Amino acid sequence: MFSILSTIWRVFLHMFSRRVTVQYPEQKPYLAPRYRGRIILSRDAEGGERCVACYLCAVACPVDCIALQAAEDAAGRRYPEFFRINFSRCIFCGYCEDACPTYAIQLTPDFEMGEFHRQNLVYEKQDLLIDGEGKYPGYNFWKVAGVAIGGKAKGEAAREAPPTDVNSLMP
Amino acid sequence: MATVYIDGKPYAVDAHQNLLDQCLSLGFNLPYFCWHPALGSVGACRQCAVKQFKDEHDTRGKIVMACITQASDGARISIDDPEAVKFRAGVIEGLMLNHPHDCPVCDEGGECHLQDMTVMTGHDYRRYRFEKRTFRNQDLGPFVNHEMNRCIQCYRCVRFYRNYAGGRDLNALSIHQTVYFGRNQDGVLENEFSGNLVEVCPTGVFTDKTLKRHYTRKWDLMYAPSICVHCATGCNVSAGERYGTLRRIVNRFHHEVNGYFLCDRGRYGYEFVNSDKRVREARLNGNAITAEAAREHLREAVERGRAIGIGSPRASLESNFALRTLAGPGHFFSGIADRDQRLVALILDILRRGPCRVPTLHEIELCDAVVVLGEDVTNTAPRIALSVRQAVRQRSFEMAEKLKIPLWLDDGVRDAGQDQRSPLFVATIASTHLDEIASGVFRGVPDEIARFGFAVAHAIDSAAPSSGDFPAARGIADALKGAKRPLVVSGASCGSEAVIQAAANIAQACGAALYFIVPECNTLGCAMVAGGSLDAAFRLAAEGNVDTAIVLENDLYRRAPAPDVDAFIGNVPHLIVLDSLLTRTAERAELLVPAGTFAESAGTFVSGEGRAQRFFEVFPPDGVRESWRTLGMGRWSTLDEVLADLPAELPGLARARDAAPSAKFRIAGAKIAREAHRSSGRTAMLANINVSEPKTPVDPDSPLSFSMEGAEKKPPGALIPFFWSAGWNSIQATNTYQREVGGPLNGGDPGVRLIESSAKEKSYFAGVFEEFPAEGGEWLIVPIHHIFGSDELSLSAQAVAELVPAPYVAVGRESFAQNTMVRVEIAGQMFLLPVRIRSELGARVAALPAGIPPLAGLPLPQRGTIEEVK
Ligand code: SF4
Ligand code: SF4
Ligand code: SF4
Ligand code: SF4
Ligand code: FES
Repeated sequence: MFSILSTIWRVFLHMFSRRVTVQYPEQKPYLAPRYRGRIILSRDAEGGERCVACYLCAVACPVDCIALQAAEDAAGRRYPEFFRINFSRCIFCGYCEDACPTYAIQLTPDFEMGEFHRQNLVYEKQDLLIDGEGKYPGYNFWKVAGVAIGGKAKGEAAREAPPTDVNSLMP
Repeated sequence: MATVYIDGKPYAVDAHQNLLDQCLSLGFNLPYFCWHPALGSVGACRQCAVKQFKDEHDTRGKIVMACITQASDGARISIDDPEAVKFRAGVIEGLMLNHPHDCPVCDEGGECHLQDMTVMTGHDYRRYRFEKRTFRNQDLGPFVNHEMNRCIQCYRCVRFYRNYAGGRDLNALSIHQTVYFGRNQDGVLENEFSGNLVEVCPTGVFTDKTLKRHYTRKWDLMYAPSICVHCATGCNVSAGERYGTLRRIVNRFHHEVNGYFLCDRGRYGYEFVNSDKRVREARLNGNAITAEAAREHLREAVERGRAIGIGSPRASLESNFALRTLAGPGHFFSGIADRDQRLVALILDILRRGPCRVPTLHEIELCDAVVVLGEDVTNTAPRIALSVRQAVRQRSFEMAEKLKIPLWLDDGVRDAGQDQRSPLFVATIASTHLDEIASGVFRGVPDEIARFGFAVAHAIDSAAPSSGDFPAARGIADALKGAKRPLVVSGASCGSEAVIQAAANIAQACGAALYFIVPECNTLGCAMVAGGSLDAAFRLAAEGNVDTAIVLENDLYRRAPAPDVDAFIGNVPHLIVLDSLLTRTAERAELLVPAGTFAESAGTFVSGEGRAQRFFEVFPPDGVRESWRTLGMGRWSTLDEVLADLPAELPGLARARDAAPSAKFRIAGAKIAREAHRSSGRTAMLANINVSEPKTPVDPDSPLSFSMEGAEKKPPGALIPFFWSAGWNSIQATNTYQREVGGPLNGGDPGVRLIESSAKEKSYFAGVFEEFPAEGGEWLIVPIHHIFGSDELSLSAQAVAELVPAPYVAVGRESFAQNTMVRVEIAGQMFLLPVRIRSELGARVAALPAGIPPLAGLPLPQRGTIEEVK
């Protein structure tokens, strides 16, 4: 009897406490940039695709919902020929972002992805690729990598000496 | 056996080996780079450092390199000693100073020995902040990609390429910091084994250029144990698939056959599986029909009667057997032309009768005197040439042993041996790549080679018939008599029975091992299924006795002259062809049924050694089936059922069943996974088609699963889809599958040898020779073989096709000038060809490249005429 009354009393007291329920969707909550929502693929400052199709996000994914195929342009730059995420399987763990060596794949604070048909949750590269750098401005993998691509020859990456002259016998 | 104390615990080791080898054999994770089980030790990289102590009271010890320290009895070493650990981490850090930030775009990544060793030593943070050295890359041709920045100067590449494989155009160039591994200038790597650089190089300097076109990481490929289909050697390979196309071939270690290395035809020939010449759907008179309708059509054709089956030396044992069962034993033909079939029958007969033993490739490497009779081994069975190259090193091993230099100490053995080689004699039509290490060569047309061979046999044993006077024969005879393990290598490629007989005589006379090279991956198997020759089928059809001919995976235009094949097809009202590629024969078929390639089917091949070896489906076929399934017409539902029916019909092939465990085999109740446990993309690969993942297909023919789920323990040799161990992601993981590093696989090496003879008596061939030169204006036209071009299937492989020579006719010096256009008339056909000078060819002897279209199908040697086109 006493416990019932005390419970009613406590419920009654709650009427005067501050409301935490947010009136979503009229009211949008603040989500930090590092919130793990819809995944995007970003571009570097020069507008090039950041993803180098290394497959690391795919292998890190615990539900195996990322599939891609690497391709290479004539000048040697790698990019994904296709890049697919099956969001109906994605658990938004962010491992792909952790694994990505180029900051290409990023999770965003957008979680409004509801669909009536699961099939619509399969995103292809054109659905994922955005025009900006996302959360990590300034990084361009190709500027620190040793492979030559169009516009960056051997020895032109950061902290690289000019290519050696194989015929030189100078000590 | 000796006892070595490792970190205080005693272990039994092989005292003839080095410490690194023994530590790895015992399962210790000791990092290394420059040492390779097949290449030995040089102590160049300093990565395998351990602490060695004088005795149990010594607490200071000294750092030694495990790979150049003998595992002597009582030795005390420590792998975990803090100083040794620090030393190894320091070496890695040093190697990484200049290493580029490439892993994400490096094709080695995920199977990189450098990554593995870096992780193993715990070097996980780059402190170096200064400039890195860079190099320019070279274009090394269609097989191998070059990215020199990644080099750690371990010298493995040049040690393999130059010392092991005899290549000359790759070298260590420049000096100190800037040592460069490449060619003098850009250009196709000349050596036939260049593809092994991909596996030998512990970093991403050399990677597979064909894989790069459709790049996939090691962990994402679906693999099956397979057998190379590009010659009769029977090298074991691992084939990897992704998204429905075959992506690459890597070596699958087999101690007795291919060891650690493949030839480039075998590594890169796989691309034919992805070729646009593939037959993917059934066609009736050129119109696509369903598989059901095709089967119905086939059944009607057989029921109509007077159907014959034409088998194939490139189809599996099971498919040939299924065709023989369908058509009836009396109506089965091997699909090999009469003269070739006679050669193979003769070879089989010699091997079965004995007394000569057929050596494995490993045994070939141990032979200390070799005679090659009539075969350009490098171009007809390339991997065997690599073994012969090791055989000539036997003399230097003997010299090293006398000087008490351990055989694994590579530089020491090479210095002691200098240029000393065991005797190798090469008797061939034209010059070969083995000539450069031969102690003597003989050039002649096949009959001259045969005479020469008979003379050698006679010089060894006067009971063997003589054939004339050859001064060189004496020397060869003495060398063979003086050898402990002599070897004769011959084969069918020069089209001469007399050459084969001569080889048998020599081998019998000196008790040598005898290896015959036959043309295709299942030539011996097909011959053992026992059918009439192709010519017999042609005759039957000409008599009007054939209503339907069912041709199994065979392009008849590569077996017989085109006019004969045209006539045959004209004589057969209904031509049914099962094939994987749209060949000239397939184009003429009334009913064309797609056949699975080795990658889409399971079956057995019998290699030149007589070893029956199983290959398995790499990926579930999409519409294409094994020919034995199609031809079985529902008689068999699994491979095991076919193999169970085989012994009753063909007792000689009964043991083929034991080539691999049956489909019921399980490890602790589990199947063996074709995919790595970290294979990715399972829920996304096909999501564009349907978001619900399809059910994993079941493979009724093997204990392998089409998924990442499988037993945790390592499978037996015949069922190893790929090599991987925790901490060992690169191909170096092979070490962990062997009984002892470099030795046989755990549980024995796969395959069963079907031909073993116990006979003791010698029986010499008498030898019948054809006279040459012919009268009039005739030429004798002989075959020349090409590693890239003479094999049918690899002709349709993109990278290999780039290196296939254009058709030509080779003549000696004094007839025509280089590049003259000539008209060659042979076997009722006429060809316009440019002349290439091969000065070894005698007067009125010409040579045509075997198997290169449109010259395929010509019965060589053959007489013909050659005239300059005005
Ligand atoms: S990890 Fe990053 S760079 Fe690599 S494939 Fe994924 S998105 Fe592309
Ligand atoms: S060689 Fe190995 S460590 Fe170097 S970039 Fe390639 S994968 Fe990375
Ligand atoms: S190219 Fe490869 S094998 Fe050759 S020295 Fe460099 S790292 Fe070693
Ligand atoms: S030697 Fe023959 S079987 Fe071996 S890899 Fe080369 S082509 Fe294949
Ligand atoms: S492996 Fe021992 S020094 Fe290189």
